[in-house]
Amino acid sequence: MTILAYLIPISLFLGALGLVFFVYTVRSNQYDDPEGDARRILSDEYDDHPKP
Amino acid sequence: MTATMRPTASACPAGAAAPAADKLAAAAAHAQGGAQIALSLPTIHCSACITKIEKALNAHPGVRSARVNLTLKRASIEADPDVTAQEMKTLVEALGFEAHELDAGTLNATANDRAGRELLMRLAVAGFASMNVMLLSVSVWSGAADATRDLFHWISAAIALPTIAFSGQPFFRNAWAALSNRQLNMDVPITLAIVLAVVTSLWETSLSGKHAYFDAALALTFFLLAGRYLDHRTRAIARSAAEELTALEVPRATRLRADGSEEIVNVAELAVGDLLLVRPGGRMPVDGEIVSGTSELDRSLLTGETLPVFAAEGQTVSAGEVNLTGPLTIRASAVGQDTSLHQMADLVAIAESGRSRYTSLADSAAKLYAPGVHILSALAFVGWYLYTFDMRTALNIAAAVLIITCPCALGLAVPAVTTAASGKLFRRGMLIKHETALERLAQVDTVVFDKTGTLTAGTPELTNLADIPRRDAELALALAQGSSHPLAQAITRAAREAGFAPAPVSDLSEVPGYGTRALLEGREVRLGRASWIGAQGRAETATFLDRGEGAPVAFSFTDRLREGAAEAVQSLKDAGKDVYLMSGDTTPAVEALAERLGITHWLAEALPADKSSRIQAMSARGAKVLMVGDGLNDTAALAAAHVSISPASALDAARVASDIVLLGSDLSPIASACATAGAATRRIRENFRIATIYNIVAVPLAMAGLCSPLIAALAMSASSITVSLNALRLR
Repeated sequence: MTILAYLIPISLFLGALGLVFFVYTVRSNQYDDPEGDARRILSDEYDDHPKP
Repeated sequence: MTATMRPTASACPAGAAAPAADKLAAAAAHAQGGAQIALSLPTIHCSACITKIEKALNAHPGVRSARVNLTLKRASIEADPDVTAQEMKTLVEALGFEAHELDAGTLNATANDRAGRELLMRLAVAGFASMNVMLLSVSVWSGAADATRDLFHWISAAIALPTIAFSGQPFFRNAWAALSNRQLNMDVPITLAIVLAVVTSLWETSLSGKHAYFDAALALTFFLLAGRYLDHRTRAIARSAAEELTALEVPRATRLRADGSEEIVNVAELAVGDLLLVRPGGRMPVDGEIVSGTSELDRSLLTGETLPVFAAEGQTVSAGEVNLTGPLTIRASAVGQDTSLHQMADLVAIAESGRSRYTSLADSAAKLYAPGVHILSALAFVGWYLYTFDMRTALNIAAAVLIITCPCALGLAVPAVTTAASGKLFRRGMLIKHETALERLAQVDTVVFDKTGTLTAGTPELTNLADIPRRDAELALALAQGSSHPLAQAITRAAREAGFAPAPVSDLSEVPGYGTRALLEGREVRLGRASWIGAQGRAETATFLDRGEGAPVAFSFTDRLREGAAEAVQSLKDAGKDVYLMSGDTTPAVEALAERLGITHWLAEALPADKSSRIQAMSARGAKVLMVGDGLNDTAALAAAHVSISPASALDAARVASDIVLLGSDLSPIASACATAGAATRRIRENFRIATIYNIVAVPLAMAGLCSPLIAALAMSASSITVSLNALRLR
């Protein structure tokens, strides 16, 4: 059962990581224009971060 | 005028810290001399559109940054202070896109949906935590025992406690607010269930017990937050679309300085005594008196009259009237809150208080439900305590009953359906503004239409072209081309469609307020109002042609029907609803339209108060009235009706007073909206039934003490998912 000592912290860490990334995406306005962002990747204009 | 109708952001003390910070930032940007410009771009649809517009805007030397939002179909531009919105608009229009200026002040108020983000954050935290805890719980259910089980329970507790403290706040706050008013709402049993589940689970864990409900408490929070978030989203979308409609009317006026030069100012800055210039096509920003100029005024939005009214020096004008032909200089006599337009809006506030009497299905369900749940779990607690004299068992079972009965499915039942239904209607061009509008729309059995601007498009149509000799028609066409007056434009349109060519006239000039004149073969010919030409006026809308010889020729007009009006009236009648027509216009005009559409009940020359009292009388007889109207004279009626719809072309005040806004110019979605609303209400009731069936099955198990955390989790997820899927059938 010693494997638990690794697996539990790993699962908690991965969960926390997912949450942190989600919080980051919300904070940086990445859900403001879902349709536009989906189309922008098709554009030749290089545009790697949303403007404020 | 739009700016004064709403409390501004600064007047709202609840705006608290962050909006204040936004304001500071905006003020700072302003101090640096920046201008925020927003454009509405209704026709953009692809990545090429985005790139094209952004490139063109950014290429302008005064623009600091420009970004297009495809979801909102909007461009936001940050620019130097000397850049005007008009410049940006022409720049985009030159690319072949439709562009409208939006009032940045109106939009900023809702630009940051803080409440929505907060809910989303709480939802995310609850979601991640419940996934982790569910993993641990599954291991417990599949056989982890003794020290391992206790360890898993403790880890679950460590995740669940902070999560619930953070994510559960909306429920805790609402429950506290209800309790401190000595009332019960849906949030009271929710809070009780969450808190009790956590407390008994902690107690069990500390005694190395077998059952802990941490996963149930978290899943409960997650599902309920999902319901709340859906609800919020639906309303936020409707609100931002409604706000955009308002922002399209930029509240600006042209003020004349003492030296006669013009300046563009915000309507909010106008003062009594200011001299204002109103160009043809412009709307009166304030009440006032005409100082110079002659023209005609379109008062249809205020009174429902279709016939333009002659306006000359010394005459008073009211805010909201539209200037048709000549430029007018007016002296403001009442501004902002004191205008007649605003006083009409007060009528709405009075009528609106009646509407709050409607209790939504969710509220009536909660009223039955909340006490029932409390009684059940209290009975379980008392029963088991008397039977075993063991506090721990009794409390565990009471907690299980609360968790099982907790209104997960009930919390999703209404928002899931309204989200699906509002989405469906939005795609058809209807904006549901009020949260209970759908439920009320489903009950409608009587429909009252306004005439001008609602059933009719407000643009006249020439009716007797066939009776007019070709020579006269061609002469009229030549004269009509010299004016932007709606009647003149109707003649131009009709004559061009008939393939006529304008007669060769010279020295064409417009006499504002009267008509146009020109020379034909040395004779003076005129087209204009009856009194000017010297003809006998008529009952219907008409204009007259003076050929320079013989009797004047009459051109009569009728108001053009709005697209889909006939279909809407017909299908509403087919659906068994009573259709009424109420208008402020003259009797012959209303009668003619009623006959054309086959409406048997009509009322002409109705004052605003008449309309609303008629509707109140109908409601008193038990009819559920749907009012469809657009003018200021309809606002009181819109507010008095059970539910109300206004077209997007309506005045701001009318849109504010109505529950649903029609975004397109077509009226035909009204009938199908009633059907969709009926279907939505049926789904909501079905969802309540589904949730009840789950409870009927699971509650006896819980009461008997047979409910394990596994059964609780299954019942809860299954009912929530069934309810959501049932709602999706609406799409």
